[in-house]
Amino acid sequence: MNDNEMLKYIAKQKKRDRIATVVLYIIASFFLVLLGAIIVYVIGKGISSFIPKYAGFGKDGLGVELFNTVYMVLLAQLISVPLGAGAGIYMAEYARPGKVTDTIRTCIETLSSLPSIVLGLFGFLVFVVLCGATWNMFAGVLTLTIICIPLLTRVTEDAIRDIPDSYREGSYGLGATKWQTVTKILLPTAKGRIVTGIILAAGRCFSEAAALIYTSGLTSDVSFSDWNPFSQTSPLNIFRTADTLAVRIWYLKTAAILPDKYELADMAAALLIILVCAFNLTARFLKNRTSGIQSR
Amino acid sequence: MVKNSRKLQDRLGRTAVTLVGLFIVLITIAITLFLMWKGSATFADHKDSILSFLFSSVWDPSMQHGAPNGPNGAAIFILGSMVISGLALLIATPFAVACAIFVVEISPRLGEKFLRPAIELFAGIPSVVYGWVGISVLCPFIAEVFQMPFGGESVLAGALVLAVMIFPTISTVAADALKNVPAEYSEAAYGLGATRWHMIKSVRLPASMSGILTGVILGLSRAFGEALAVSMVIGGRFAFPKSLLSQTSTLTTQIASGMGSAADGTQWTDSLWSMALLLLLISFAFILLIQIVGRKKKV
Repeated sequence: MNDNEMLKYIAKQKKRDRIATVVLYIIASFFLVLLGAIIVYVIGKGISSFIPKYAGFGKDGLGVELFNTVYMVLLAQLISVPLGAGAGIYMAEYARPGKVTDTIRTCIETLSSLPSIVLGLFGFLVFVVLCGATWNMFAGVLTLTIICIPLLTRVTEDAIRDIPDSYREGSYGLGATKWQTVTKILLPTAKGRIVTGIILAAGRCFSEAAALIYTSGLTSDVSFSDWNPFSQTSPLNIFRTADTLAVRIWYLKTAAILPDKYELADMAAALLIILVCAFNLTARFLKNRTSGIQSR
Repeated sequence: MVKNSRKLQDRLGRTAVTLVGLFIVLITIAITLFLMWKGSATFADHKDSILSFLFSSVWDPSMQHGAPNGPNGAAIFILGSMVISGLALLIATPFAVACAIFVVEISPRLGEKFLRPAIELFAGIPSVVYGWVGISVLCPFIAEVFQMPFGGESVLAGALVLAVMIFPTISTVAADALKNVPAEYSEAAYGLGATRWHMIKSVRLPASMSGILTGVILGLSRAFGEALAVSMVIGGRFAFPKSLLSQTSTLTTQIASGMGSAADGTQWTDSLWSMALLLLLISFAFILLIQIVGRKKKV
């Protein structure tokens, strides 16, 4: 290569570098715009189709679905947090390298990558058909639990594993047992990250529909004047059928013959997006705050 | 006394978390066994052949107990799943890797502040909402552009919706992989006079290839398992996709829409269970693939 060719080559590479940079900026901004467009469109359409009766608790309102969603996610977290966090503690502190630990890790990976419709069918089979029941909220809650456990296990394990060994040594030095170290030192230190994980898992539950259409059902029949948890139509009864906001959108698209189903689905989608954004922002806020504390 | 209760607590705590850890194994085994049991009924009880289930395209299983068997070929659904996930992957991968490069290499400041949170939010948007936006915006748009009289439900719509859904998965994993390439690599390339793009293309990308591949497989496995969003925009016809604009069905969409229509134990329902088992086996294959790719990285 003589000097002239070399200069040409350098010029070519520089030009390519500039083009690539511009293209990457364009792609990055495209996705930002796309996200903004989706969120603004969904929320805007929800607001523009809003009339007061959609916020009600009747047949053509979304109050029941909103209540069901929050109630089911809460119950699912109540069951899956102790299980997921417990398994995370085991993996971080107790598990010794070997076959058993490898098996558990593979199972966590497997569970978290199974299609939610497959988990939904498993829930349908075990919690509905084999229990001799019909679609009910509790079957849905248990299916959501299976979805949450691997997420929570992973978050807890990572959070505890990242705590410096000096914390443990200090605790053992004072004569604490392993369990005391876990509950009094490690868990409180890892609390921020675990809470962030719980919020993200809850967000995942809000969004879930495929796992619920055959477990907790597509409709609800409740009356909000009846708060006895053992009555069939009570909102608190966990053995009634219950549809969530996400399931409602699916049902309105495929089956419902309500006259204003499109407006209702718009509203439900807007509500879901708002919930998801709120949960994401909260998780992000907590993450920033706790990472600030740990680096201090 | 105090010492004893502390020791007891210690032992109880250890036992409890060990049991919970093993419980995860139990759930996984239970899911596998139950799906194998239900999924094999098509071949054990109804005596259908596995080959015709996998390769025949005529889908008309009987929906009543005791009725004679109908053909239950699932080839349309299997091919539908493969085509639509493959297309989604083709569309999503370049963009996802581009976003990962932007966040890690081009502008970490803007990337960490705006693009990464946006990607996380993309991952958090519920699949039914993607489906809903697909029906109310994308399908009418496709129908208008391509002059389709009966609406834009099509393979193309399904692949586009899926591409948006799997792009965050690929992008996040690819970004982590890029980040893990040692800084010395890029310094060496810069020292030889390479431009930034030349360095990224010939050093960072090849060095993080196995990580990016893991992201791509994860994305593919997510695309394969996605049910409702695809089902809302794909049309649901029982026919092989002839072009990007034709309607078809996939394994997941057929399970989601067909499971409730016949009683438990009929050939119809059992065939759907076999399809669910097939999905399970496919996800196992993906996990295995990821482990193989991951192991290569360590060597």
